Amino acid sequence: MDKTLPDLATAVAGISDGMTVMIGGFGGSGAPIELIHALIDRFIATGHPRELTVVNNNAGNGHVGLAALIEAGMVRKLICSFPRSADPVVFTEAYLAGKIELELVPQGTLAERIRAGGAGIPAFYTPTSYGTDLAKGKPVEVFDGRPYVQERWLKADFALVKAHLGDRLGNLTYRMAARNFNPLMCMAAARTIVQVSKIVDPGEIDPESVITPGIFVQGVVQVENPAQEEILNRAKAVYPEVSA
Amino acid sequence: MTAKLSPTQMAWRAAQDIDDGAYVNLGIGFPEMVAKFQPPGREAIFHTENGILGFGEAPAAGAEDWDLINAGKKAVTLKPGTAFFHHADSFAMVRGGHLDVAILGAYEVAENGDLANWSTGPKGIPAVGGAMDLVHGAKRVAVITDHVTKDGKPKLLKACSLPLTGVGCVTRVYSSLAVIDIEGGRFVLREKLPSLSVAELQAMTGAELHITAPVADLIVPEL
Repeated sequence: MDKTLPDLATAVAGISDGMTVMIGGFGGSGAPIELIHALIDRFIATGHPRELTVVNNNAGNGHVGLAALIEAGMVRKLICSFPRSADPVVFTEAYLAGKIELELVPQGTLAERIRAGGAGIPAFYTPTSYGTDLAKGKPVEVFDGRPYVQERWLKADFALVKAHLGDRLGNLTYRMAARNFNPLMCMAAARTIVQVSKIVDPGEIDPESVITPGIFVQGVVQVENPAQEEILNRAKAVYPEVSA
Repeated sequence: MTAKLSPTQMAWRAAQDIDDGAYVNLGIGFPEMVAKFQPPGREAIFHTENGILGFGEAPAAGAEDWDLINAGKKAVTLKPGTAFFHHADSFAMVRGGHLDVAILGAYEVAENGDLANWSTGPKGIPAVGGAMDLVHGAKRVAVITDHVTKDGKPKLLKACSLPLTGVGCVTRVYSSLAVIDIEGGRFVLREKLPSLSVAELQAMTGAELHITAPVADLIVPEL
């Protein structure tokens, strides 16, 4: 078994028009910037994929990563909890112009919907959002005297995720708080593609330290020294770079 | 112009009510400052939605590690005993009732404990984050807020006019003028600035303030 992939272009080759793609990260931490940019490169070269539904906690920041994906016009709908950032202009303009649909989900509900999708649980109940606009149209049931809102699982065709170490079997570790949604998204997608800072031999990751077991991963590509969104934004980076 | 507490002073006051050993989540903005004012001898453990328990203060400029941030996307630091976990575990801590205290900001609070803090109505871009989870998960939900809006309208009301974050969830308000509990569907005044009469405070509040015990002076240090 060898899940390693030779390059970023190969890693994103299977994503087609209209698919649902989970993109890992919380803000910039854990965001697979290089995988996203490879997807944009493919769109520029071929016009595909487009009309994507993207699941992420946020809506991008500046003009790189997820923001660049939206700016390229590849995203039809965004499912997220917090579409604000230091520089949310790309999403804000697309949303106010009616070019992108927004499904706003409370952050814990978003995480649990993704987890449920990965765990084969079609629905669950939570007190979160009870009595608010975000519960409208959803079934409510009382358990032990308290009302709970029914929420459905969330699954995806692809997940694009950033991890720290990975092996050819797909076992992963993460760096600090860059873990966030990534292990959940690995579980919830039909195909999970992971960029790792280093591909190591099986056994080099202590079994006690594996965070995502390889069963949840279909492809691993090495990206040494991955970009941090925050550092790109401080440098006012734009993707793709505008040629003079 | 009435004297009022600064956001830093409100955060200081809120910090005085956090017990040793409490697990605490602080909302983005003003509430984040509460962590700086833990009384000596008490150790609270701070939780951030993106998967850290027990993080430390902001690093020096230039020393940031952008894989180590809080829910406000600001860089934080490690402390002995820090733990990392994924988002579902993070919100199991919230929704499973394991957090002792959540302190949030507010657009409006109603006398029955309803909170509005995520949407200013149909024109803006709505953003909820973890607020709706926190208000139903933490054992105690408190709010830090200016007592009135920038144009002087009450933020403590009989009923919220903006979209709700949660129903009947807030139990204490640390405002720029007073400390007010929510008990039995009404505002109960506990502390107020000594320079302010009850009648003056009532005039800036959108629902009746009840007094069930002597009202203490709200006194905070210059910060």
